[in-house]
Amino acid sequence: MTAHAPTADAHAHAEHHDLGFVRTYLFSTDHKMIGRQFLFMSLFMMIIGGGLALMIRWQLAWPETQIPLTRWIPEPMMYDGFMPPEFYNAAVTMHATIMVFFVVMPLLVGCFGNFLIPLMIGAGDMAFPLLNMLSFWVSVPAGIMMVGSFWVEGGAAAAGWTGYAPLSTVPEYTGVGMGQNLWALSLIVLGASSLMGAVNYITTIINMRAPGMTWFRMPLVVWSLFITAILLLLALPVLTAGLGLMLFDRMAGTSFFLPAGGGEPLLWQHIFWFFGHPEVYIMILPAMGIASEIMPVFARKPIFGYHAMVFSIISIAFLSWIVWGHHMFQSGMNFTLGTSFMITTMVIAVPSAIKTFNWLGTLWGGNIHFKVPMLWALGFISTFVVGGLSGIYMANTPIDIFIHDTYFIVAHIHYVLFGGSIFAMFGAVTFWFPKMFGRMMNPTMGQIHFWGTFIFYNIGFFPMHIIGVGGHMRRIYNPTQYEFLEPMQWWNVFITRGVLIMGAFQLVFAINLFYSLYFGKKADRNPWQSNTLEWECPSPPGHGNFETPVTVHRGPYEYSSPEVEEDFLPQTRDLSGATGGSH
Amino acid sequence: MLERLGLMPTQASTVSGDVDALYLSLVGLSLVFSLGIAAALAYFAIAYRRRSEAHEAEQIHGSLALELVWSIIPFTIAMGIFIWGASLFVTLKRPPDNALEIFAVGKQWMWKLQHLEGRREINALHIPVGRPVKVTLTSEDVIHSFFVPAFRVKQDAVPGRYSTVWFEATKTGSFHLFCAEYCGTEHSGMIGTVTVMEPDDYQDWLSAEMAGGMAGTAQGDDPLSVAAAGGELFRGLGCHTCHRQTAGALGPSLTELFGSQVSLRGGRTVLADEAYLRESIVDPRAKLVDGYQPVMPTFQGQVSEEGLMQLVAYIKSLAAEQDS
Ligand code: HEC
Ligand SMILES: [Cu+2]
Ligand SMILES: [Cu+2]
Repeated sequence: MTAHAPTADAHAHAEHHDLGFVRTYLFSTDHKMIGRQFLFMSLFMMIIGGGLALMIRWQLAWPETQIPLTRWIPEPMMYDGFMPPEFYNAAVTMHATIMVFFVVMPLLVGCFGNFLIPLMIGAGDMAFPLLNMLSFWVSVPAGIMMVGSFWVEGGAAAAGWTGYAPLSTVPEYTGVGMGQNLWALSLIVLGASSLMGAVNYITTIINMRAPGMTWFRMPLVVWSLFITAILLLLALPVLTAGLGLMLFDRMAGTSFFLPAGGGEPLLWQHIFWFFGHPEVYIMILPAMGIASEIMPVFARKPIFGYHAMVFSIISIAFLSWIVWGHHMFQSGMNFTLGTSFMITTMVIAVPSAIKTFNWLGTLWGGNIHFKVPMLWALGFISTFVVGGLSGIYMANTPIDIFIHDTYFIVAHIHYVLFGGSIFAMFGAVTFWFPKMFGRMMNPTMGQIHFWGTFIFYNIGFFPMHIIGVGGHMRRIYNPTQYEFLEPMQWWNVFITRGVLIMGAFQLVFAINLFYSLYFGKKADRNPWQSNTLEWECPSPPGHGNFETPVTVHRGPYEYSSPEVEEDFLPQTRDLSGATGGSH
Repeated sequence: MLERLGLMPTQASTVSGDVDALYLSLVGLSLVFSLGIAAALAYFAIAYRRRSEAHEAEQIHGSLALELVWSIIPFTIAMGIFIWGASLFVTLKRPPDNALEIFAVGKQWMWKLQHLEGRREINALHIPVGRPVKVTLTSEDVIHSFFVPAFRVKQDAVPGRYSTVWFEATKTGSFHLFCAEYCGTEHSGMIGTVTVMEPDDYQDWLSAEMAGGMAGTAQGDDPLSVAAAGGELFRGLGCHTCHRQTAGALGPSLTELFGSQVSLRGGRTVLADEAYLRESIVDPRAKLVDGYQPVMPTFQGQVSEEGLMQLVAYIKSLAAEQDS
């Protein structure tokens, strides 16, 4: 299987000269370069999505005041730094769309899926390298369309990231014309990109595992990416179909979602959430995988309950198909259907609980090093517990009826997607940076970034639960319009201050990233003394990844094994012969 | 003080106490779990931090017993919460029979409400205390959501559909009425009030002439009850030309329709509820009554949502007259 890995390409940089700049850095078919391309694209998009978030927060804390640093944004978006409701609504819509589809998904799936899968299963590249390249390059026009839509007549989409019909399907209802069409088109194109990625991951994992890499010797992050790819493959076409119908309604005069023409607005919600709930797990499963990868390395201990971890990933994926109705409890759902979705949603909490307890079990009796990636993994678990528990409130119909469309939901989604997915992403970047770029990241800046983000993240987002239960609705342009919210306005100011400071700490990350890219300490092959296969390659690995074909002898988490002197035991090390070790 | 902290809004309906009790138990449960996990995390982080180079971690690969424990306990708790939640959900879903009926139409960006007796309001709703109220909701354009935080109720108003929400106020006073579902540019300004009055005051209010004019009831007061207004429409739109009680009428008689089982072409039967009546008017071909020709024209676009609600109320009133 690994015959593909050419030994001649040992030198990391040899290949670069052979292929020239364009084939190496732009139209590369190398999974590692594609992974890096996804990384930089999503980090760039994160600046846009994050900027929008800060503007939204400013408006909520100090409504209709001039927002600093935004005077350059032209009319009719902003008026000399003042935000009109039209732009607020577009900003809310675009912040969520960009963060979900252009940041979290491409980071976890596009970047780390690409970079890690072949390396961790011992393959030379993806099964379809050309398709892989296409997958990245198709996502670029999608991003351009999405961001560019701010500048078209009528502005960017403003129907919410959930695009509920008929608000999204009749231009008059939002006043947005082309922007909404571009939104739908961009997501259709991006969907194609993700599909190409998914097919590639699935094929690669099934067919290209190194000899000895059985299913139950696969690292958990590979398992979670495998299951994620299956979810993508099945969920995205549903969204694409829905978006297609939306475009027909908008441009061809059909009325799939318009009651006046015999259509049904709730059909959109069913389509969207039938995609949308698996999507939630598409964004969290890889994050769980990343945490499961980092924790054993820094606890120097085998992962607790490997099989339980695998089975809970699979059962989460399965259950994620039958819970979508929990987003529609107040759309007029009848009792039987309501309780059915309630019970499935309560059940899906169980595998997540199992995973959490297994992570705790991994720490138990360990020899824990608090390096930066480990901090992120532990931060991930803490926030994920909060996000998971708040999910129980929403599963519970009578409570959900009250907190639906309030800031409680906003708090929940941010605990899952920011405290969950983004924290795991920071963990992954700091952990695999040496492998990706051949240099270590600066640990001091890493610590500052972690603690600043973790503390101010919680200061910023936790109170959202409180104001949500107090009745503060989401997606409102100006909370001071509400006499009812007057006593709570100080919370909005408090939250915004927290989020602004957290935003400022991201500069530390940006500086660390670029500083370390050029001036970081050179990394050796295995700086964390980890077991998995990617650490057998040079840092960064050359074309074809492995200098010699690898054979796998054991599972990925044999730390502190009594069989060897050191506290780690690489998957490739052959203990049967007299000479052990692959290097 | 509590209000400033943003804890739950005042309880002002029969269900708000129950909802809050369930909510607070969930808070308790979350505290137990999150503090427990945090404590374990902190303890492990301190007890098993790296102390020396020589120290090696223990060899623990897992434990089936523990896996079972932490699968079964959360599962049992989840099912317990489910049963509690589902039983409360039944109450929330089923309006009592004697509920006062209100019709509400959402529209960018206002709530238009109508009392059975005919009084109309915009962004304001007056109701009596201690009496269940059932609001039938729909929308003229996009989805809106009827939200009264103090009553702990929320229900989407979906165009092309009827949905209902019910509550029984336990306190007089005025409470906030919002649109919770994002509905376009001025969504944030779609704000109203629910005024809960003593029953007598409510009766006075209902019958009060509009002479002085009340804030929030900009539309000229309609002296007709909803059903009577529906009757006017019924004649005005020419429905009576086909729906007569005489032999040879083109359309079926509607006098005993509401609440009955209608047999349709093709052998199916359907319960004649509000949604069915509405559909029969805007999309008559969707369900054809057995024994009749598909000659009824669609009234889609010719009658406003409020008009449709009036027609439905009129047809309902015919059946009620039959009963008594
Ligand atoms: C041209 C004649 C005609 C006119 C005008 C007409 N209808 Fe009908 N209507 C029918 C016929 C025929 C049926 C039975 C076939 C069907 O279900 O469409 C019917 C069915 C109905 C039904 C379902 C009755 C049942 O037994 O299930 C309702 C309700 C109804 N009409 C209401 C109205 C209302 C309200 C109007 C006025 C806005 C109206 N119709 C105008 C011919 C008419
Ligand atoms: Cu969901
Ligand atoms: Cu609204």
